[in-house]
Amino acid sequence: MSDYNFAYLDEQTKRMIRRAILKGLAVPGYQVPFASREMPMPYGWGTGGVQVTAAIMVPEDRLKVIDQGADDTTNAVSIRKFFQRTAGVAVTERTAEATVIQTRHRIPEVPLTGGQILVYQVPIPEPLRFLEPSEIETRRMHALEDYGLMHVKLYEDIARHGAIATSYAYPVKVEGRYVMDPSPIPKFDNPKMEMDAIQLFGAGREQRIYALPPHTRVVSLDFEDFPFEASKADHACALCGAADSYLDEVITDDAGGRMFVCSDTDFCAGRRTGEVAA
Amino acid sequence: MTPLLSVQGLTKRYGRHVGCLDVSFDLFPGEVMGIVGESGSGKSTLLNCMAGHMVPDAGRVMFDTRTEGPVDTVAMAEPARRMLGRTDWAFVHQHARDGLRMGVSAGGNVGERLMAVGARNYGAIRTAAGDWLERVEISVDRIDDRPGTFSGGMQQRLQIARNLVTGPRLVFMDEPTGGLDVSVQARLLDLLRGLVRKMGLSAVIVTHDLAVVRLLADRLMVMKDGRVVEAGLTDQVLDDPQHGYTQLLVSSVLQV
Amino acid sequence: MGKAIIAIEGLSKTFTLHNQGGVVIEVMRGAALTVGPGECVGLVGASGTGKSTLMRMVWGNYLAAAGRIVVGDLDVAQAAPCEIIALRRRTLGYVSQFLRVVPRVATVDVVAEPLLTLGVDEAEARGRAMALLSRLNLPEALWSLSPTTFSGGEQQRVNIARGFVHPCPALLLDEPTASLDARNREVVLGLIEEAKARGAAILGIFHDEGARARVCDRLVDVADFAPAAA
Repeated sequence: MSDYNFAYLDEQTKRMIRRAILKGLAVPGYQVPFASREMPMPYGWGTGGVQVTAAIMVPEDRLKVIDQGADDTTNAVSIRKFFQRTAGVAVTERTAEATVIQTRHRIPEVPLTGGQILVYQVPIPEPLRFLEPSEIETRRMHALEDYGLMHVKLYEDIARHGAIATSYAYPVKVEGRYVMDPSPIPKFDNPKMEMDAIQLFGAGREQRIYALPPHTRVVSLDFEDFPFEASKADHACALCGAADSYLDEVITDDAGGRMFVCSDTDFCAGRRTGEVAA
Repeated sequence: MTPLLSVQGLTKRYGRHVGCLDVSFDLFPGEVMGIVGESGSGKSTLLNCMAGHMVPDAGRVMFDTRTEGPVDTVAMAEPARRMLGRTDWAFVHQHARDGLRMGVSAGGNVGERLMAVGARNYGAIRTAAGDWLERVEISVDRIDDRPGTFSGGMQQRLQIARNLVTGPRLVFMDEPTGGLDVSVQARLLDLLRGLVRKMGLSAVIVTHDLAVVRLLADRLMVMKDGRVVEAGLTDQVLDDPQHGYTQLLVSSVLQV
Repeated sequence: MGKAIIAIEGLSKTFTLHNQGGVVIEVMRGAALTVGPGECVGLVGASGTGKSTLMRMVWGNYLAAAGRIVVGDLDVAQAAPCEIIALRRRTLGYVSQFLRVVPRVATVDVVAEPLLTLGVDEAEARGRAMALLSRLNLPEALWSLSPTTFSGGEQQRVNIARGFVHPCPALLLDEPTASLDARNREVVLGLIEEAKARGAAILGIFHDEGARARVCDRLVDVADFAPAAA
């Protein structure tokens, strides 16, 4: 424990990251560049989220880490252990008990509250990237609010598939200004982004941080005649019976057997033990 | 009559080399102006400075805006100039690839400018895109195909549709028929003439092809070493050139 | 006779050949003539004396070195390009010996274009173009084809149709009956007479002496405008 500074990063680095976070909170949806550090894990494993978490964490925090909604997957377990070892903070799998939640690809089902912070791991922060390869040009487009291209992507979806087929990383407009990539969360989670908690987004390889203060207006882009829909699999959870939670499809045998279960493991377990109201 | 575009003393230097020097002219609504000259004469620099793609060192480019009358677009804020660039102005590149999004369908290419100015009804955007494909003689059933599957002439027509869909008043064209087969050029020229007439467009066309300007342009400017050496009515400049360089240019054209 | 529609005075023309040692060739000096409404004036003179040069100056195609060329209310010798363009659209028609068109455009559209430029409805413009082509005995099968591959006589008739489709107050005709057979020559002379009857001022070059005698009210010898004679 004494071998590491609290939460791995040195204090100067944390200050640098906190400045980026504060700037991000002041300009919601704007991608703030920051000097991303090498972390003891490969890019793509949440280096951005881990640096943000390390920078905001205090010894009193209680950390929850989820990957695709689950607390027990490799990525979630590794990061949780990383902070247990380097920061010695308490950890939990219960959404309601956590003060900081680092997530990959999901927002918990239980609404977050005012004291909580949700930290997203972001692979590609630039929503315009696949349409406009030049970083200089995309930054200029953000600066000038030149967002016609974003709708071109949705147009192409409808033209090709008859509906907006984008089902995750669905672009949103923040406070009527910046178009933002919500990280690869399912579009089912998009409406939850207008929440009481602080949301921070960290992209390690791309060296960008952005943020949403509580109660920020987050609107999913759409067309008048093809409105946004927060879709999910048309089933109920096979374990807890929840009809309104986001589901994972699980293949159960080689004969085509399958089941749908809650992606949020804590939510599902809570319902089964009666801790979360049905 | 107020000129639609008034270029005044436009100058651009590249270090000690002159791009274009002290160029001035007025363009009136419905007029087509050709700019000819050999490679390196400064015609493309001039076009890019006028269209806001390049910042001139000196001079003004006054455009008669719909709401505020003549405004110097060089001094204009970037967002306003961009807005102009996707509403009242259009720019047709020599290579369609530079003016199209090759990864986006034909319909998406045409619809982009509409969406950029706030169109949010998919059905209406698609109808407008289909209508414009027809106007440039591309079959509507190609609406979902990517430009990469089109021939060179079709790509150029698609680029024109993409540019004209918002009903611009001024079109900048950089060698619009360059690189196309002669037979394809003719069709494009006819299409452009028709669109200019029907939409009352004004246009500035840069080319080194004198036959193209004779058929498309009302007026002509001849450039050499960054300067305008001669200007006037297109057929007058071509048939009774006054400047030595223009005489050389005209007499150098191969006859068929 | 009313006020002249075309009035030329003190008109001179020089060519400077910059690439041949800067030689200055003076081809015309002190040209003067008028054409009133309903009048047809024929230019005569040996070839090379400047008949076409004079016509081209009136059209605005050649720059005048000095003098005035008033057509309607506009001095072509001093006018801005946009004024000449407007003049050509509304007031002044020109039938040259050469057909210059965008390749692959149908004959009927070539003829209708001057009307479309004036904002005439497309169906009406094409209707008027077809009526004129039919009167000039151009086979209907050719109307949808481009005139670039036509014979000399056919191209000449397309050119005439294009020049006459809009009733201009002033007309310039450069050898309108050359390369035409007797029947079509008759049609063209009829068109000229009709234009005169509606009050058009016509300045023309006619090598065909019979045609000249029939439609011209006066003849002007351009040899009188040669620099040596002035």
